[in-house]
Amino acid sequence: MLKIENLHARVEGKEILKGLNLSVNAGEVHAIMGPNGAGKSTLGNVLSGRDGYEVTAGSVTYNGVDLLMLEPEARAAAGVFLAFQYPVEIPGVNNTYFLRAAANAQRKARGERELDSMQFLKLVREKLKVMQISDELLHRAVNEGFSGGEKKRNEIFQMAVLEPQLAILDETDSGLDIDALKQVAQGVNMLRSPERAFLMITHYQRLLDYVVPDFVHVLADGRIVESGDKSLALKLEEQGYGGIGASHPAGVHA
Amino acid sequence: MSQSASLPLVESLLDAPLPASGIAWLDAARQQNRAAFAAGGLPDTRVEAWKYTALRALGQRRFAAVDAEAQTHAVDPAAWALPGINGVRLVFVNGEFRADLSRLDQLPAGLNVLPLSQALQGHAEPLRFSLSRHYGDVGDAFAQINAAHARDGVVLRVDARAKIGVPVQLVFVAAAAAADVAWHVRNVIELGEAAELTLIEQHIGSGEPTQLATQLSDIELAEGSQLNHTVLQQAADRTSLIRRSAMRLHAHARATLHVLELGGALVRHDLRADLIGDHAQFHSRGVFMPRARQHIDTQLAIRHQARNTTSTSTWRGVASDRARGVFRGAMLVAPGADGSDANLSNKNLLLSPSAEIDTKPELEIYADEVKAAHGATVGQLDERALFYLRSRGISMAEARALLTAAFCRAMLDDLPNEALREHLSTQLLSHLPNT
Repeated sequence: MLKIENLHARVEGKEILKGLNLSVNAGEVHAIMGPNGAGKSTLGNVLSGRDGYEVTAGSVTYNGVDLLMLEPEARAAAGVFLAFQYPVEIPGVNNTYFLRAAANAQRKARGERELDSMQFLKLVREKLKVMQISDELLHRAVNEGFSGGEKKRNEIFQMAVLEPQLAILDETDSGLDIDALKQVAQGVNMLRSPERAFLMITHYQRLLDYVVPDFVHVLADGRIVESGDKSLALKLEEQGYGGIGASHPAGVHA
Repeated sequence: MSQSASLPLVESLLDAPLPASGIAWLDAARQQNRAAFAAGGLPDTRVEAWKYTALRALGQRRFAAVDAEAQTHAVDPAAWALPGINGVRLVFVNGEFRADLSRLDQLPAGLNVLPLSQALQGHAEPLRFSLSRHYGDVGDAFAQINAAHARDGVVLRVDARAKIGVPVQLVFVAAAAAADVAWHVRNVIELGEAAELTLIEQHIGSGEPTQLATQLSDIELAEGSQLNHTVLQQAADRTSLIRRSAMRLHAHARATLHVLELGGALVRHDLRADLIGDHAQFHSRGVFMPRARQHIDTQLAIRHQARNTTSTSTWRGVASDRARGVFRGAMLVAPGADGSDANLSNKNLLLSPSAEIDTKPELEIYADEVKAAHGATVGQLDERALFYLRSRGISMAEARALLTAAFCRAMLDDLPNEALREHLSTQLLSHLPNT
């Protein structure tokens, strides 16, 4: 589904990604771990098309398409979803209105029929039940005045409604207390399916206690320096990032 | 300021014969105001109140004084139709009252309304206070022109304690005429004690008129009266529209104003609210949205002159293309107006690098125990919010429109009439620039 080869990217003239390789297949959950400054969030932002990130070499192929050539909205329509580390507050834009505009924009781009407000409401009610989100959040402006936990749950809720193929979770666990973390993890687990892949970017191992990954990769200094199964996360927990494969790059899983 | 006498605009306005009313005090006032205009001419940008609104281009134009077809232009009623609103209506075309397009049968009890042209044929004495005024200050040019030439307008009075349940719609149409024409309307509106009224004022165009229109409104709110006033300004692209409103609020009177300034080439509104009775309240919400090469200037002056008076003013400006917006919000709390609460905010959005907005809040306080706050900002759409919306699949153009509409729409939130609120919201959305 996703193939990243030799990806180099710069932010404000500074090289952050330095030859990153990664393959993700449908149905898989990958965790990207690494110390601060390793390039974790840069990876998420490059994949979702945020301005200010300059790709200087390498390629990203998504379902056979050059992902880097697509505008952010086209990536979304193609099924790429980024759960933001810092979800943006948008005063004056109603959460439900926003979600319906997004869902219908994606459907339109894919040549599917748009949902009328009744159909959309039905969809939203189903997802609300699954996500355990109070429908009071729906009537508020997007993320405005939401607590940290509400913002993150709102991201997962959006993901549930938009049903992406590739979900990128950028430090979704940061700033959450244990209860909120469990709720977010539960939401992610419910969305796991054979057609859907997850890329979970995280600094800490604790999210992986609740969402068990198929693969764990260590990102350091702009490259994946080690890959393994979930036991790698536990090893990191014990030894810290300092003890992991800084000397041998590669570590690419197929 | 007086070198402007040779300007084509000034010449053409001075060439126009004054209307003869047969009322001595009125004819004298008209002559006096015209003499003041002849002496003063047009203000240039050295006059503080006109600093950001240059009249150079307008000054080069000539306008005819009368449109012989004003009574016969065909105007599509769809142009002023408001969903769910079908009350009393006065329609003026190129400054003249049109009985055939208006709706004055079945006036509710307590509502007295008629066109100025008719009022002057009858017992004009009650209008003397308003219509015999002399405008002599620097920058008063258009008030002088209006006071000299206005032959029509709205004369409206609500009896004490009358609560008028249906909205009164005032429609000012500029219709394309054989020649470019200048026209002037004069409105005198009074609410008696504890009276209540909803006014909807619309400015629209028919065809592609190239005109100069001036409007002068006096609004007097007696003790405990309440006015809800909505202005939907959608003048034609090449019409210059210069309005001046003076509102006086007596004790416990309350005025709530919602303004949408969308149309016109050069648009200026001077709005002055004098809170002269204790506990008077003035609330204004407005959006001005110039695009292309439009110039829209709003000058708000609120004077707290009595105790415990309240004013809130919240305005949003959005300028795109090469358009320019100007906003001045001046609040004054006079000596003795203790316990007053004055609040003003003006936030602005620039949607293109060539657009410009000049905003200037002013606050003068000469009383004690006053609460006052004012602020103004000029910024651009939030890049992070744009990316957030796009990352969910919403196109750049739609994301920009969504954020711009959200920025403005809050100004309409407290409009009590839902159908009207929806209509204004739709008009606002359809005016959003395609960027």
